Amino acid sequence: MSSVKQEVREYIASNFLMDTAAADFADDASFMDAHLLDSTGFLELVQFVEESYSIRVLDDEMIPDNLDSLDAIDAYVARKRGVGSAAAE
Amino acid sequence: MDVFAIDHVAEIERIGGWMRESLVSPLRRRGLVIAMSGGIDSSVCAALAVRALGAERVFGLLLPERDSNDRSGELGELLAGHLGIRFRRHDIAPALAALGCYSERDEAIRHVFPEYAEDWKSKLVIAGGIAGGINFYKLVVQSPDGELHESRLPLADYLRIVAATNHKQRIRKTLEYFHADRLNYAVIGTPNRLEYDQGFFVKNGDGSADLKPIAHLYKTQVYAMARALGLPEPICATVPTTDTYSLAQGQDEFYFALPYAQMDLALWCVENGVSEEGLARALSMPAESARRIFTDIEAKRRAAAYLHARPLLFGTGSGR
Repeated sequence: MSSVKQEVREYIASNFLMDTAAADFADDASFMDAHLLDSTGFLELVQFVEESYSIRVLDDEMIPDNLDSLDAIDAYVARKRGVGSAAAE
Repeated sequence: MDVFAIDHVAEIERIGGWMRESLVSPLRRRGLVIAMSGGIDSSVCAALAVRALGAERVFGLLLPERDSNDRSGELGELLAGHLGIRFRRHDIAPALAALGCYSERDEAIRHVFPEYAEDWKSKLVIAGGIAGGINFYKLVVQSPDGELHESRLPLADYLRIVAATNHKQRIRKTLEYFHADRLNYAVIGTPNRLEYDQGFFVKNGDGSADLKPIAHLYKTQVYAMARALGLPEPICATVPTTDTYSLAQGQDEFYFALPYAQMDLALWCVENGVSEEGLARALSMPAESARRIFTDIEAKRRAAAYLHARPLLFGTGSGR
């Protein structure tokens, strides 16, 4: 498992589930459909992602395709880092 | 078919009877206190109370603060005069200032817009959900020269602004209960069905009350009820606002996905098992948009569970 997926899973388990339940949801499970996160929860998640991976989530990137599962976040962070490194080259 | 059509005469009588019975038992109070914002909901509640009890048993409050629209107070006084009830005007701005309502809010705003000053105006605007994204809030500020600026709010600033402005609803409720205690009256809560269902209220603020007489009525029905009750035209024609932020702000900008008439219909569809396609046809919108509205309604219901929850008691599995 990628470190991004593992770190986000651990963050969700600690911050949203208070370590009271196993964070054993699938990598492609929708946080919305599983009712893991509400709108404030997503704002917390976005802040975690921005601070952990030194990226800026733009307004038009606040969509489920980028943020609603571990798989989605993993791919999104990889794309953002790729864009960042390409721009720096 | 008008799904919101009701027999107003019968409904007024039915609500009035329930108010009288509730005051006798379990409330055991002698009248009702109502905070009048000048909006349609509190105006209808006040008129229903007067129909139920007579003007002499209803006490009105006008509770403006620094960001209140002057028009709200004018409509409140118009209503009090129309109904013939006693009322008191109490400016809550000094109390709010003492609590740090404005300074806490403004510090959070300056974290996003450092140039923000007392002569600027501000509001929060919801974004994302209805467009298929994730809900978030934008802060909109207006400089004295009229120029608008907006930015997505970081979580901590968003929470701080909301927490600070929630003082307004909570201080109002404190005063409502002061007068209720003084008069041995009960306090009316004024949410309509949409607000109650979707959690558009402040916990222990406007969400607190002894009885809520229109929480079963859609906003569309409340407007119709206002006319049936013969309320003055300026009140019947009011547009729903939050009257909480210094920039003009519609309720659909701040909380609901759509203007109230469409939100009423969407909620009615959810409650009556009408499909997304049915709502899409009724509102002439793509099925995908209707699906997002349904999703947003369910998400807000889940968020509202906290607002509706009584304190949980250990070992009982329930609240009281």
